Amino acid sequence: MTRPSESVFAIRTEGLTKDFSIGFWRRRPHRVLDQLTLAVEPGEIFGFLGPNGAGKTTTIKLLMQLIFPTSGRAEILGQPVGSVGVRRRVGYLPETPYFYDNLTAEELLTYFAKLFGYDSTDRRRRVERILDAVGIGVERRHLLRRFSKGMLQRVGIAQALLNDPEVVFLDEPMSGLDPIGRREIRELILGLRQQGRTVFLSSHILADAESMCSQVAILVGGRLAKVGPLGDILSFDRGWELVVADLPAAARSALGARAQQVTEIGPGRYVFELGASDPDPFVRACVSGGGRVVSLNPLHESLEDLFVRLVEVEVERERAQADGDAGRAAEASES
Amino acid sequence: MSLAGLTIGRGRESLRVIGHVAVHVFKESVRDRVLYNLVVFAVLLIGASYVIGQLTAGQDVKIIKDLGLAATSAFGLFIAVFLGIGLVSKEVDRRSIYSLLAKPLTRGEFILGKYAGLVLTLAVNLAVMAVAQYAVLGYMAWTESPEFRASWEAPATDPALLKALFLIFVQLSLITAVALFFSTFSSPLLSAALTVGLYVVGHFNADLRNFEAVVDSPIVGGLARSLYYVLPNLAPFDVKNAVVHAQPVPLGYLGLTTLYGATYVAVFVLASIFVFSRRDFK
Repeated sequence: MTRPSESVFAIRTEGLTKDFSIGFWRRRPHRVLDQLTLAVEPGEIFGFLGPNGAGKTTTIKLLMQLIFPTSGRAEILGQPVGSVGVRRRVGYLPETPYFYDNLTAEELLTYFAKLFGYDSTDRRRRVERILDAVGIGVERRHLLRRFSKGMLQRVGIAQALLNDPEVVFLDEPMSGLDPIGRREIRELILGLRQQGRTVFLSSHILADAESMCSQVAILVGGRLAKVGPLGDILSFDRGWELVVADLPAAARSALGARAQQVTEIGPGRYVFELGASDPDPFVRACVSGGGRVVSLNPLHESLEDLFVRLVEVEVERERAQADGDAGRAAEASES
Repeated sequence: MSLAGLTIGRGRESLRVIGHVAVHVFKESVRDRVLYNLVVFAVLLIGASYVIGQLTAGQDVKIIKDLGLAATSAFGLFIAVFLGIGLVSKEVDRRSIYSLLAKPLTRGEFILGKYAGLVLTLAVNLAVMAVAQYAVLGYMAWTESPEFRASWEAPATDPALLKALFLIFVQLSLITAVALFFSTFSSPLLSAALTVGLYVVGHFNADLRNFEAVVDSPIVGGLARSLYYVLPNLAPFDVKNAVVHAQPVPLGYLGLTTLYGATYVAVFVLASIFVFSRRDFK
């Protein structure tokens, strides 16, 4: 990843590693994040993906200094994480946020606004604007203990954006939201990019990442499995999809043998899945056989396909490592 | 410059943030139904002391004062322990701390704000109980004849009661700091047990000093003596008997005892900041 040297990465980690101690009597370290090195450019929506337990939330907590790294370092906007100066410029939505039962949404945001040091006029203006933006109306004066999960999620997003942050960390922002809420929040996130803000979006909903993120990183088993622009990391070598109309039955039989798969989608209308080789000869054969080409599209790997493939590779790697460890242990006991 | 996680260099900014956290804690606490129930129950008990006082011959004012101060002390302890142990652990368990610590405040400021808020809550609750107690005593004085009132060792609405109430407040502020300290690293139940344990040991602290005389083992005796020097001695905070029996409680004693309590408060709050600043919130 190359960039002008004078500018600063929005987020940068170098060899970030976290071990937790497990076990009751004999405490031993369990690595949940292993040598994570990442750089996120300012102004982009960066998708941070991975299955449950991959280390996504651990990474965000390290960046928010809610936990401390075992080794490695992290910077936000060129400053070490955890400094009060950085926190002024950052917003954070935790996974399944929870707030104070006995406060209203308005009081909670006012409290947080006070911590930022805004004067009373600015506080009122910010709180009203952000609650409107996340779709909380009259409920803003209700106690938070009466809020549904989706409403709490909206409050969580509101408090993360209260200070107009330059970098926003959103941990599963769509969690608990209904389809309308998800669309609203998606538009809100896209709006942040238009304002030039950096969004670090952790999610396991791949469709959200695919529709919003310019760059993604996939974390599997605490390791960075893939990182880069979506277009680059998805493989485009799965072949072609050709849709043909008005194709006579005889031509279909002849052409079917040359295609990987044929699906009839209407009278004389077929979808041919072709291999990765040049599709031109097949297209010409269709036309000369009396068919009419409707569309020709490259078949590429979906994010879901890639995700599943990476998880399978990691599972395989872990299994091989476990077998290796067991083998070594057996050899050691024999000798 | 940073001391145990508290950034000293922030000066007035730190004070402002600590103030906001304290007001928030107070606001949250006064809306807690459990707290209301405790205060209402304490006020009722103070009121009931009037009835109990009537059952005794000639000792009614002393009984009311004694029961009132004891109820204030006991319910104050409940409030200090109940709110103190939940102060940090509730935030961690419910994960509300995640959003809060992402805001521009240090962990030290968070702890100091929490402590200040709880002490403020405690002060307001003790003030409510004190008003209830003075109201009962005032009613007592109003309904009795001047001759009968003259037989009392001290007037019913004796201002010296405030000295006892003040030392109860200092003692409970110390207990709150202890509860806060335990809650930075242990579960609410364990924190409550440890805090109440320290409260009990604190009231029998003098016995630890003389433990060597009653045990054969020099190790146990030495350990008891070490504990005597390390653990706070809470007996000096209890001037209920002196006040009820109209014995003088000099201001110098009040000042020194407050200083003694404040020293322990500072130690426990700094220890809380030290532990909390290094803690991982998994």
